[in-house]
Amino acid sequence: MITKANKNIKGIIIEGVTLISALIIIAILVIMLLVIFIGGKDHLTWEFLTSFPTEGMTKGGIFPAIYGTALLVIIMSIAAVPFGTITAIYLTEYAKENSVIAKTIRFAVRTLAVIPSIIYGLFGLGFFIKFVGAHIDGAFFGGELKWGQPNVLWASLTMSLLTLPVVIVSVEEALRTVPQDLRAASLALGATKWQTIRKVVIPGSLSGIMTGTILAVSRGAGEVAPILFTGAAYYLATLPGLGDQFMVLGYHIYVLTTQSANVDQTLPIQFGTTCVLLLLTFILNMTAVVLRYRIRKKKNR
Amino acid sequence: MTKKNKKSGSSGASAEEHRSDLIDITQKRFRIGDYLAEKIIKGVAFLSITIIILIFIFVFREAFPIFNTSNEVKQPGVEQPKQAAQETYGAVTDSDPKPETQETYGAVTDSANKPETQETYGDVTDKPVVPEKEGLKNAKLESASKTGKSSYTVSAGSGTDDNQSAVKTLLTKDWVPVSEKPRYGILSLIVGTFKITLISMLFAAPLAILAALYTSVFANKRMKEIIKPTIELLAGFPSVVIGFFALMVLATFLQTIFHYDTRLNSFVGGIAMGIAAIPIIFTITEDSLTAVPKSYYEASLALGASKWQTAFFVILPAATPGIFAAILLGIGRVFGETMIALMATGNAALMDLNPFESVRTLAATIGAEMAEVVFGDTHYNVLFLIGSLLFVFTFCINAIAEFYVKGILMKRIQGK
Repeated sequence: MITKANKNIKGIIIEGVTLISALIIIAILVIMLLVIFIGGKDHLTWEFLTSFPTEGMTKGGIFPAIYGTALLVIIMSIAAVPFGTITAIYLTEYAKENSVIAKTIRFAVRTLAVIPSIIYGLFGLGFFIKFVGAHIDGAFFGGELKWGQPNVLWASLTMSLLTLPVVIVSVEEALRTVPQDLRAASLALGATKWQTIRKVVIPGSLSGIMTGTILAVSRGAGEVAPILFTGAAYYLATLPGLGDQFMVLGYHIYVLTTQSANVDQTLPIQFGTTCVLLLLTFILNMTAVVLRYRIRKKKNR
Repeated sequence: MTKKNKKSGSSGASAEEHRSDLIDITQKRFRIGDYLAEKIIKGVAFLSITIIILIFIFVFREAFPIFNTSNEVKQPGVEQPKQAAQETYGAVTDSDPKPETQETYGAVTDSANKPETQETYGDVTDKPVVPEKEGLKNAKLESASKTGKSSYTVSAGSGTDDNQSAVKTLLTKDWVPVSEKPRYGILSLIVGTFKITLISMLFAAPLAILAALYTSVFANKRMKEIIKPTIELLAGFPSVVIGFFALMVLATFLQTIFHYDTRLNSFVGGIAMGIAAIPIIFTITEDSLTAVPKSYYEASLALGASKWQTAFFVILPAATPGIFAAILLGIGRVFGETMIALMATGNAALMDLNPFESVRTLAATIGAEMAEVVFGDTHYNVLFLIGSLLFVFTFCINAIAEFYVKGILMKRIQGK
């Protein structure tokens, strides 16, 4: 009897420890959200979101950073989503499950997902700017420096490489939820494989493609390391075009907190900017989690 | 050739389309659209492999000139006719009109007033020599650009000699890239990176694994549906936000508890990176715990073991390879984490095992210095070399996690 009681107490303690670990993680998340939200909520005004920084960044808004972030994620999505979707389609529809090619591609995708983001930055600098950009300049602009320097386009393309695995994984998961029966039915009705994919498989997995896009956008909006030296700028007086450098929310936070002399003066702006970025990514992720949850439910049904 | 043949075949087929449709059902008709779509899909699928290979090639290509000590090494002096050798650090094209940039790096090194770092960033002379665009063209300060950060150039003395001696300093502990005699000792950076990785793993791994154990074994279904998505949300936190939190809140909070001198140190950075690594470790551990067959669980309970005994002595051991993979990938994440390292670790290249001292990690070094170096300079190449190190390290970690661990896990679960 005594040993049994002992066992029970031990069991309760051990279960309690694991529960507490889970709660600590959730607490960290909640604390981070609360601290940043409370610190920045006074700054979440329409004016802050839509005006330019003034007086040496110590006053004013963050509109150029929001604009730059939007520009970045739009170009990035245009580049990453189609390629990611097509790769996912290949993996689910064409490749045989255990073929060498499929395995290699899967390995490559996972590797892409774990490569540190700073390496993408180096790659963007070495490949897009110093190689592609410099060659474009040499061929079309007579060596004049136009594309061979950091700008929005190269930063977005660098970011699209980073978010490619995110898209591939989500879309693949969604494609697998489309029942095999539907494919068989379509093929039995005389449709070709491509027609089946276009008319049956892709429409059935649109929510998955959406999820992938949303996750990619949230990842791209938050990452800073890849654009540190492929296009992000400290301050711009005008809104950027495709060939210009640009301001980004994440880089703005980094610069304000570590690179400016008057950190204390800009503290409210730092909190405000972080709050905007966090809310943006948080809402996007929330949407993605809900969508994904529905996809998984559909799969289990 | 074959393509042409097929094309002509298709046009022939389309001429008598309606008839062949009726008569010949079994024979597959050739469709150019389908054919192209299929080819494109197959081509695009190889994109991710291509990207990996390209990253390999281009990151190593920029790092390679370090080992090439012949005269072909690009000398920065040739490329900057206007500003060469004016002073120790050359001239500075300050493209930003705002006054803050003068003290660009003052703020970073505030917390850690180590002599090396002062030497590195202190002596920036503010000299708007030429208007922005012309300056860029003339001096070819490509990498420095107009980001508003002040850009300096290393004086061009004897390029090759510098290069040779620089390579010799690679395996020392002094990281002083900008001085008359630049020294690129990456040992202190490596030690710093490993130190911070260790701290973050000691914090994150137990927490994440225990939480995963709770979620997959003890929790009821409703708890599970709360915990899992919440931790997925944590994974979506941008690292710059975690870095900001660590810098502003966590650093002060921990300092009041532990009373150490340097406010930003490897301990703070390690905890912050641990927060970033928790979701990865949690998710993979949870997956591998769930993958343990239900029969293990039931058999253990039937033999009279209690729930926690089953969890710790049956399910946890069965999933060890998966947990090992989770920790490996967590290490990979921390190892390459840049923004948190830049913001919360103090960034002083010290060779010190004390967790309450500032450190500088490999990734942070690239992030902090790459925008300032001259393209083709030894410093530039060394930074790319560090990048290659990071790349090889994470690549290997992923490969181990992928093949070795999964192989064991599958064998064990299938009972072979």
